[in-house]
Amino acid sequence: MITVRNLTKDYGIHRAIDNLNFNAEKGEVLGFLGPNGAGKTTTMRILTGFMPPTSGTAAIDGLDVVDDSLEIRQKVGYLPETVPLYEEMRVYDYLKYMGDLHHVENSDERVEDVIEVVGMEERALSLIRNLSKGMRQRVGLGQALLHQPEILILDEPTIGLDPKQIKEVRNLIRGLGEERTVMLSTHILSEAQQICDRVIIINKGRIVAEDAPENLQDRLSSVRTVTVRVADQIESAAGLIRDIPGIVSVRINDDGQIQFDNLRENDARPLVARALVKKGFDLLELTPEAVNLEEIFLKLTRENAEADTPSQDNPESEA
Amino acid sequence: MRNIWTIAKKEYVSFFYSPIAYVAGIVVFLVLGIFFTYDLNVAILYQYPPDTTYLLDILIYPLLFLLIPILTMRTLSDENKTGTLELLLTAPVRDYELVIGKWLGTFLFFLSLVLLTAFYPLVTNVLVDPGIDQAKILANYIGIILMAGAMTGVGVWISSLFKNTFAALFASLGVLLLLWLAAAPAQFLQGNAAAFFTNLSITEHYFNSFRSGVVNLKDISYYVSLTVLALFLGTRSIESKRWR
Repeated sequence: MITVRNLTKDYGIHRAIDNLNFNAEKGEVLGFLGPNGAGKTTTMRILTGFMPPTSGTAAIDGLDVVDDSLEIRQKVGYLPETVPLYEEMRVYDYLKYMGDLHHVENSDERVEDVIEVVGMEERALSLIRNLSKGMRQRVGLGQALLHQPEILILDEPTIGLDPKQIKEVRNLIRGLGEERTVMLSTHILSEAQQICDRVIIINKGRIVAEDAPENLQDRLSSVRTVTVRVADQIESAAGLIRDIPGIVSVRINDDGQIQFDNLRENDARPLVARALVKKGFDLLELTPEAVNLEEIFLKLTRENAEADTPSQDNPESEA
Repeated sequence: MRNIWTIAKKEYVSFFYSPIAYVAGIVVFLVLGIFFTYDLNVAILYQYPPDTTYLLDILIYPLLFLLIPILTMRTLSDENKTGTLELLLTAPVRDYELVIGKWLGTFLFFLSLVLLTAFYPLVTNVLVDPGIDQAKILANYIGIILMAGAMTGVGVWISSLFKNTFAALFASLGVLLLLWLAAAPAQFLQGNAAAFFTNLSITEHYFNSFRSGVVNLKDISYYVSLTVLALFLGTRSIESKRWR
């Protein structure tokens, strides 16, 4: 569906993306994971026909993003990161306008359908400027859906939303991903885990890893950190945990919580819970720490740097 | 064509979302109304038929030169600033369709304002016996509308160059003033050189022909060419944004 070959984009002397290669299949939800400035938005802007690449090609359904730009734009629904909207318009009028620009047949009906899909029935006649961030996001998403595109490209679709809205938007995207190709960018790993079939991690314009989210996590950390909270006698509880087999290290953090690391293939959580309860500790919490993106990045970029060591004499153009 | 119309329609309607449409309408009507009343009084006092052409002169300097930059200033600069340009440039719309659509919507709004001013010649026509020189007034209107079309084109082009609305306002004001004053060097020159500068000026093509009721192909093609040139430059400016 999406085929990207040797895609490179320079902004002046700054290389935003460097020789990207990846594919996305029909019906796949592809996550694009990376820190700010990694080149996610640039890649998406090239795929949506907003700007041409410096070199390399990107094709959607066999159509080139530069040569067949107009056809591509008809096939792709795009939600830019900033969710640009016309503040002074009403939700309905805005969607109608965007629908007309995408040559949607029976646009009135279609707009009503989309308003229902994104759950904006009650605010359809509100001015966009009066909408909350979450609602704006939904209107933006609605705009991307209007012309029933085969491919949805969503740049940070859940950024700035509250937890309830995040959940709603994620469910919406999952539902949409069942019948079309979705490519979304995020910098939250758990989000990628929840909604993506496959994740591409990108850093400084290069792909550093590409896999299903579960595999990625296992690959990236052999050790799992678990946080334990007990009502009192923290020191002796920590001592108890330390004696359990399979635990790599135990420490007490500033909040009075005990944290232990154990090997991923050897989950010590049941043992810890049983031991603590047996000794009469009041176990309040036992939470595995999610591997956060920063760690993954540090790890991946370190690996990357190591792999690159022989060719260190050709330095990155970026500062 | 369809895209142009969609964009033009939205642009036209958007003038009514903001106070611009109402303020502009009131100002045009009020200013001309004051001069109209004055004109009628003077005409009654000295017993000569009032000439609406003088009234329309007021439309040109104080109103066209100020109003058009105000109407065009946000057409593309705002889209650029708020990021909605990204939506338009990723919609199946050609760059020139966007620019022409913006121009057409603004131009049509300006036409609506001009239509309001037709009230004065119509009233004069009733008051004066045997009526005014309708053909001449019609030529005046054709000239003003053509000039406004070219000025709107310049405004839309300038607006495409900026993100800041006021920068766009003052820049288009400046360019329009330059186009007006282009005739100034002609005073110090003779022959072809003088003719060249006179022909460059945006107002000369009105005052030397349309104003006295003459409709010339030369003047029509000046305004049409200027419009096309401005829209072409606007399209290039939008295209260039894709390469940044």
